[in-house]
Amino acid sequence: MKMSLRIRIVLAVIGLLLGGLYALPALTNLQGTFLGKVLPESEIRLGLDLRGGMHLTLGVDIPRGVANTMAQFGQDIRSEAQDEGIFILRPQVVNDVKLEFTLARGAQQDDLERMLRNRFDNLQILSKETQEAGQIRYAVGMTQQYRAHVEDLLVEQAIKTIRNRIDQFGVAEPDIRRQADGRIQVQLPGLQDPERAVAIIGQTAHLEFKLVDDQADIDRALRGILPPDAELASMHTRNPDGSVSQTPIVIKRDTLMTGEFITDARVSFDQFNQAYVGLNFNARGSRLFERITGENTGRRLAIVLDGNVHSAPVIQERIAGGRASITGRFTTEEATDLALVLRAGALPAPVHIMEERTVGPSLGRESIERGLQAALIGGALILVFMLVYYSMSGIVANAVLCLNILLVMAGLAAFGATLTLPGIAGIILTIGIAVDANVLIFERIREEIRRGLTPAIAIDEGYSRALKAILDANITTIIAAIVLYQFGTGPIRGFAVTLSLGILASMFTAIFVSRIFFDFWLKWRKPGTPLSI
Amino acid sequence: MGLQIIRPDTRINFLKMRYGAFLISGLLILAGLLSLVVKGGPQLGIDFSGGMIIQIKFDQPVELSRVQQALRDADLPGLGVQRFGTAQDNEFLVRTSSSDLVSDEVRRDIQNSLDQNLAGVGFDIQRLEMVGPRVGADLRAQAMEALFYAILLIAIYISGRFEQRWFPAVIMAAGLTGGIAALRWLGLPMELLVVAALLITIGLCWKLKLSYALGAVVALVHDVFITLGMFSLLNKDLDLAIIAAFLTIIGYSLNDTIIVYDRIRENIRDKVDMTLPKVINLSINQTLSRTILTSGTTLMVVLCLVLLGGGVIHDFALALLIGIAVGTFSSIFIASPILLGLSKIADVDLEAERATDTVAV
Repeated sequence: MKMSLRIRIVLAVIGLLLGGLYALPALTNLQGTFLGKVLPESEIRLGLDLRGGMHLTLGVDIPRGVANTMAQFGQDIRSEAQDEGIFILRPQVVNDVKLEFTLARGAQQDDLERMLRNRFDNLQILSKETQEAGQIRYAVGMTQQYRAHVEDLLVEQAIKTIRNRIDQFGVAEPDIRRQADGRIQVQLPGLQDPERAVAIIGQTAHLEFKLVDDQADIDRALRGILPPDAELASMHTRNPDGSVSQTPIVIKRDTLMTGEFITDARVSFDQFNQAYVGLNFNARGSRLFERITGENTGRRLAIVLDGNVHSAPVIQERIAGGRASITGRFTTEEATDLALVLRAGALPAPVHIMEERTVGPSLGRESIERGLQAALIGGALILVFMLVYYSMSGIVANAVLCLNILLVMAGLAAFGATLTLPGIAGIILTIGIAVDANVLIFERIREEIRRGLTPAIAIDEGYSRALKAILDANITTIIAAIVLYQFGTGPIRGFAVTLSLGILASMFTAIFVSRIFFDFWLKWRKPGTPLSI
Repeated sequence: MGLQIIRPDTRINFLKMRYGAFLISGLLILAGLLSLVVKGGPQLGIDFSGGMIIQIKFDQPVELSRVQQALRDADLPGLGVQRFGTAQDNEFLVRTSSSDLVSDEVRRDIQNSLDQNLAGVGFDIQRLEMVGPRVGADLRAQAMEALFYAILLIAIYISGRFEQRWFPAVIMAAGLTGGIAALRWLGLPMELLVVAALLITIGLCWKLKLSYALGAVVALVHDVFITLGMFSLLNKDLDLAIIAAFLTIIGYSLNDTIIVYDRIRENIRDKVDMTLPKVINLSINQTLSRTILTSGTTLMVVLCLVLLGGGVIHDFALALLIGIAVGTFSSIFIASPILLGLSKIADVDLEAERATDTVAV
């Protein structure tokens, strides 16, 4: 059954109009004009490789985050127990997953276990052993369900934090996505200052408060002899001449508190006009900080940022009110950036940059120019060739080829797909594929004419016989494109998208639309005119 | 009528040339394999091996040796510097092998070394790509998986759609997935799995007498191998974009092969009095002008891309150029003769279709 020529023309015109509808506003600047108001707002989004920008894959250090959470549980258990008159010694995180502590009086076993059941239902007792003097050594861990929840939360929090930081940093249209395995993908288009962005996103800003081990002997520590619960760190101090010197310091391994309770961080200046960062804690953080300072009055509290000690002031008194400060002889800029990352939220666990791809804006522009130039020259060569080779029919082929490219552009705009550099290559390859469909049909028509058939029958035979080959050939290419889209990221996906769009468009234009021209010609020609092919 | 490149009455005996063609293919594959063996496998780009590349553009001409000298201070592991693009671009690609480096530190180190040792020469870091070892391993596995699924799906599609034999196609799909699942369970690396998948596919095609699928798969493996070998010979890196090019080559090579096969099938039915070798030769000749026109025009645009597309896309376009040229060659000289060979060795009765296969759509 054949559709009437009129219906097919209407369909083709609809296709052309739809294409124009989306392609026109995407390719030209119509803002403010009449057309700009009437046509849908569409644009072809450029990939990072074309507009310049940064692509990051960040990996959240989940074991560290879990260990931090466990350490926090240790603090909470001790304080809850204390409130009930139960005495717990040395809470300590082992292998990142287990929390070990000792119940000082074995008689309180029932009380402790009831408390754990009631208040800490996300924890389970892994083992307990009675030691001499009636002490009981407990090991607790998270329930499997809760651990999965914590891991999920860690990544979610990390995403929130990173989004906050990027917002404060001021990047337009950032794209932050969660991926499998606790990975986070960050895309920052049009970024001008990649170094600062990496510094701000990549800085863990993992703030910890730890006690200084004042009994430890630095010289022995430097030789590797350390108390079991202590570790060697380095303290950064800025000299008056601006250089930074590092001095070794021995701190306790246990983290008393992390930066997760910070609600605000601001740069302030002390009486010597030295910049420092003032912190505000939330209610829970305030209570924790109050108890830590209360319990350790007279000792030195190390403020550790990403493993480096920034300052280690002596705790003068119990500090209530939820305020603390980080001094460290910062420059004003350093203090500003530190305040930004702490204010935006400290990361719940360290984040590693697993992949970084940065393209400068000038390279992106150059890539577009060169890619488009190549496409234009390649396209022009084909147009000339088809015209010379197939004469009048070549004009038909060229007309539908142009329509094909228009439709690909419209498709990119309509589906909100991203045009990448390999995507431009995909368009160029599409031109080749679209030409192939016409070549197949035209060669077949020529064959049939050579066999002595009339133009009308030859055209009909040519189209129907070539159709099968075109379908088979294009479907295999689409299979490859689908696989590419499935596994590919960024630019490669862009290639798969343009390739698929190009194949679909070429089926429509080279098979359906081009036929209209021939049928039209057949209808209006003078009888006996040979087909110019 | 317009122009003609191939005269319609051309009757070249392609089958007669098949041994010469096999020899050329064999030599090309052998050269590639030798190069791969000597170099200990394909040269992996940072996408797969992990590491960092930094593209630097200077604002005035600088000798390669001076850049190398200047960067020696930066003390980067596995440092390699090479010119990028044309000489007047003044662009260089700096590579490091380690991905444990922190990108902004490397940026700073490079900045410092160039400032000190190439004073007065302005430069701009245009592109920096860093891939960590875990991401690299993941990307490698993903790429292999993609190649595997592409071959699987295509083999199934051809056996089913093209030979109208969906049942053996399904058996093959099941056999292949089962075999791969078993091998994966044994913990084989993805690279070996792809090779195994290929062998299983070819074996199953053989056993199930899916001759067209076998010919097409052999042809596309041939194309990918030669392109891979050429890349090794040319010292080009294999990265994500090149794998994308491989998948496109697979699609294109099949495209070409299928058009010839299509004609063979049509002629087997129509020209009952012809022998199979004659049918194959006639079919290749009949589709020859289309093959040359299409490959010619596609190669023309891809060549534009190689020459004018700029450095970033150069290798990708080069892979397409080699692959499309080889793919055209293979559909004429490899895929079609294999059909003939199979009908002799494996007792595949292609001509039986004359009697049975009348429902071809």
